[in-house]
Amino acid sequence: MVSCPSIKNILLLDSEGKRVAVKYFSDDWATLNAKLAFEKSVFTKTQKTNARTEAEITMFDNYIIVYKFIHDLHFFVTGGDEENELILATVLQGFFDSVGLLLRGDVEKRTALENLDLILLCIDEIVDGGIILETDANAIAGKVATNSVDGTVPFSELTVSQALATAREHLARSLLK
Amino acid sequence: MAQPLVKKDDDRDDEEEYSPFLGIEKGSVLQEARVFNDPQLDARRCSQVITKLLYLLNQGETFTKIEATEVFFSVTKLFQSKDSGLRRMVYLIIKELSPSADEVIIVTSSLMKDMNSKTDMYRANAIRVLSRIIDGTLLTQIERYLKQAIVDKNSVVASAALVSGVHLLETNPDIVKRWSNEVQEAVQSRAALVQFHALALLHQIRQNDRLAVSKLVTSLTRGNVRSPLAQCLLIRYTSQVIRESGTQTGERPFFDFLEASLRQKAEMVIFEAARAITELNGVTSRELTPAITVLQLFLSSSKPVLRFAAVRTLNKVAMAHPLAVTNCNIDMESLISDQNRSIATLAITTLLKTGNESSVDRLMKQITNFMSDISDEFKIVVVEAIRSLCLKFPLKYRSLMSFLSNILREEGGFDFKKAIVDSIVLLIRDIPDAKESGLLHLCEFIEDCEFTYLSTQILHFIGNEGPKTSDPSKYIRYIYNRVILENATVRAAAVSTLAKFGALVGSLKPRILILLRRCLYDIDDEVRDRATLYLDTLASGESEATNDQTDEDVKGFLFGSLGIPLNNLETSLQKYEVSKEPFDIASVPKEVKSQPLVEKKAAGKKPTGLGPPASKPTSAVDAYERLLSSIPEFSSFGKLFKSSAPVELTEAETEYSVNVVKHVYDGHVVLQYNCTNTIPEQLLENVTVLVDASEAEEFSEVAVWPLKSLPYDSPGQTFVAFEKPEGAVSAGKFSNLLKFIVKEVDPSTGEAEEEGVEDEYQLEEVEIVAADYMLKVPVSNFRNAWEAMGDENERVDEYGLGPRDSLSEAVSAVINVLGMHPCEGSEVVPNNSRSHTCLLSGVFIGNAKVLVRLAFGIDASKHVAMKLAVRSDDPSVSEAIHDIVNG
Repeated sequence: MVSCPSIKNILLLDSEGKRVAVKYFSDDWATLNAKLAFEKSVFTKTQKTNARTEAEITMFDNYIIVYKFIHDLHFFVTGGDEENELILATVLQGFFDSVGLLLRGDVEKRTALENLDLILLCIDEIVDGGIILETDANAIAGKVATNSVDGTVPFSELTVSQALATAREHLARSLLK
Repeated sequence: MAQPLVKKDDDRDDEEEYSPFLGIEKGSVLQEARVFNDPQLDARRCSQVITKLLYLLNQGETFTKIEATEVFFSVTKLFQSKDSGLRRMVYLIIKELSPSADEVIIVTSSLMKDMNSKTDMYRANAIRVLSRIIDGTLLTQIERYLKQAIVDKNSVVASAALVSGVHLLETNPDIVKRWSNEVQEAVQSRAALVQFHALALLHQIRQNDRLAVSKLVTSLTRGNVRSPLAQCLLIRYTSQVIRESGTQTGERPFFDFLEASLRQKAEMVIFEAARAITELNGVTSRELTPAITVLQLFLSSSKPVLRFAAVRTLNKVAMAHPLAVTNCNIDMESLISDQNRSIATLAITTLLKTGNESSVDRLMKQITNFMSDISDEFKIVVVEAIRSLCLKFPLKYRSLMSFLSNILREEGGFDFKKAIVDSIVLLIRDIPDAKESGLLHLCEFIEDCEFTYLSTQILHFIGNEGPKTSDPSKYIRYIYNRVILENATVRAAAVSTLAKFGALVGSLKPRILILLRRCLYDIDDEVRDRATLYLDTLASGESEATNDQTDEDVKGFLFGSLGIPLNNLETSLQKYEVSKEPFDIASVPKEVKSQPLVEKKAAGKKPTGLGPPASKPTSAVDAYERLLSSIPEFSSFGKLFKSSAPVELTEAETEYSVNVVKHVYDGHVVLQYNCTNTIPEQLLENVTVLVDASEAEEFSEVAVWPLKSLPYDSPGQTFVAFEKPEGAVSAGKFSNLLKFIVKEVDPSTGEAEEEGVEDEYQLEEVEIVAADYMLKVPVSNFRNAWEAMGDENERVDEYGLGPRDSLSEAVSAVINVLGMHPCEGSEVVPNNSRSHTCLLSGVFIGNAKVLVRLAFGIDASKHVAMKLAVRSDDPSVSEAIHDIVNG
């Protein structure tokens, strides 16, 4: 059966393997416990590796997982074992870079949680039901941050950082109280 | 919120871990969600509450049905707000809440309004949300808008509609299929991702129509597909078309496209193309070369993902074409020390597959260094690679066996240990020289083995193999230690093993009897029972030591098989009700249910390490033999020589699916037709196959075994037996017609009608060829076997094979005609070689061992010549092999 490239899940975990944001697109993990168990094994199998400069890759239980770490955040993208590894890596890079843009380079767990809405919207713009929607980080961040899809009008008027700064301050303040 | 000061101090460590969601609680968030109902909506606050709800869901919190419904209804109120940020969050949470059908109705009108809004962002998202939550009837209402959206000039809207189409196709294929024209238009879009999504949807719409897919691929491979993702898709579809169209002759536009894709810019496309080429059926070494070259470049990339992808693909190539990968060996060796252990392991196993005899020792040393760093899963991969390497180079068993025994002593889980034990068992069986050392390694392992299953299996194996070694007494200590030290299950197994030694090794028997007597005081019933039983059987053999019959009985009792399928025994025992009548084992049916036969492929794939020691016939052949001997008409045919793999006689997905297995005896051939009825409304009765053997002169039909009833989806068999000249290699063609009485079945009650109608169904022909009289039996060392056979019965002749596609094609054609086992990997022809020697072994009908040496040469005009040298125990067999080639 020939199939479209598909993503099984996107995970963003912290340095202890706890969830920051996760999204599953596949029914392979039917229960919460199955999901948590998968996250735990992904985390433990990868935590000792150095995935900070280049994206790393591993394979277990017939899944291919590409991952990249920065500060206390661990980014993962999972695909089936027949998947083209480089496509998965492209999705991971798109996710990683767009989060970097949205958090204005301040990519760590705390800011990620403070801007959780942006992270969730970001995942929503990258993959829809397992199908890759967009992999270009600028396009993804543009759709999330400016609330406008055609990316041209507001995104170029405001600089990225300005747009993001407002978005970020809104939430940070309110959630802190 | 006033928190006690002390507590805060305690939590100082956590302060760095500060989270905006600290102390968040479902109940209070649900309270907060009431703001959604405020007449004056505070957009920012509502967004925050939604984020909190999403956070809870993301952490695995679940809402009860009532809670979810309540949240959903209040969320729908937020459509009144004009705030676009809030709207995005509303879309997100609706998808997460996945409302039920009766709730969906509340939002559809709002979403449909958004779908026609002027804001593209609203349109794209509304489409994605709607397609996720609606059912068929609603879909027909919005179909018109979706079709428009597919060809929308905004790429995000078009993509949203197309991706939704892919999802909807699963639930509402009929509706989505009507969008073909629009999708076709979108394939031509300038936007990269629209093209990708359109291509994916178009292919899925047409996937069951081979011709349409082929046309689609033809038009696009010529055209201009820009997006790398779309190119990857196109490569997948192209290789699908190649796969389904069979071999291409003359111009090969599809293959050329794959090859051209190797020169694309995007790495993902290059890799996809390289992988597609390596996975083509019957790919030649010349076709492989460019793909391998590309992968070789990737091996030295700085990106781990690229190295992993390349080495994983090469690893797979190495299974079928080890020589094609040898060029990469140097790059591969440098990957052994790769930081990424997955890459290192794949490199090692690839090297093990492609390596030659001289490099084995060096490789083993390198592997030993990193074994401790990798996960069990990869260790198993390494063990399996080493096992196959050892079978390939039997002379190297010493270093490989010592490696296996070393890692057996290391830490590891059950699966890992089982893989090692299986490998050692396999080596012991296939390499006679390795037997003694292997058995001792296993003995040492069970001295300190935490897995009951492995201990009992090993004890069983030692019981079968140990007594046949030069000094069986040295194993007794290890076995008896188990009786003293282990749990009841292992103790019982050890008692059985002791008894086997006692039965086979006369000199040990008195001592064994003493040991068994000690076991009579065991605290476990099973152990005591076994000891009593064995003491009795062994002692009765003792008292009438002259009586061979008794001795045979003892051995038969200890080593013989039950002769009854365990499944059947289990069902009979379950049906058995305790009454005055004792359970009669003769009442257990001996017929093998068809199920295991169907599963033959899966079972036959891996050599079962710890099965019964008779390694030659696989378990499936055993099952066939039992099945056939249960039919009285066939019992006089003698010993079953060979059973072929099933040959399909019907196309896939037809009303009745039939395949045939050819069972060859010395003077008979039995055709076993495995039939499956795929129509639920029918019951077939009295099923037979009418065989026309007019094109098979030497065969005459002697018996037909009809199948009484063939209900829906429950496979059954019918047989036809033929007589043929004893020991002759008779070939012939048989045409088959399935005949049966068909009865209608009421699907609601499952009852069949009384009256049936006779009907018939044409099947494809089956051929019996010379290869059916040859068993593929490997020899561990071809040269030794060849020398040992001597040249007195050697027959040598030369043959011209005419023009061929390639040398390797000619080699595999000859191997197929002879149906023999290629030895020492000699079936693989190196790239561009002009000559090749191929070594084959097998057992010919009449149980004659045959060895064949084939020397091939190819000239510039692709004419192939072959020298065939055959050695066997019997000159007439050597002649017969030449006759096969002569046709």
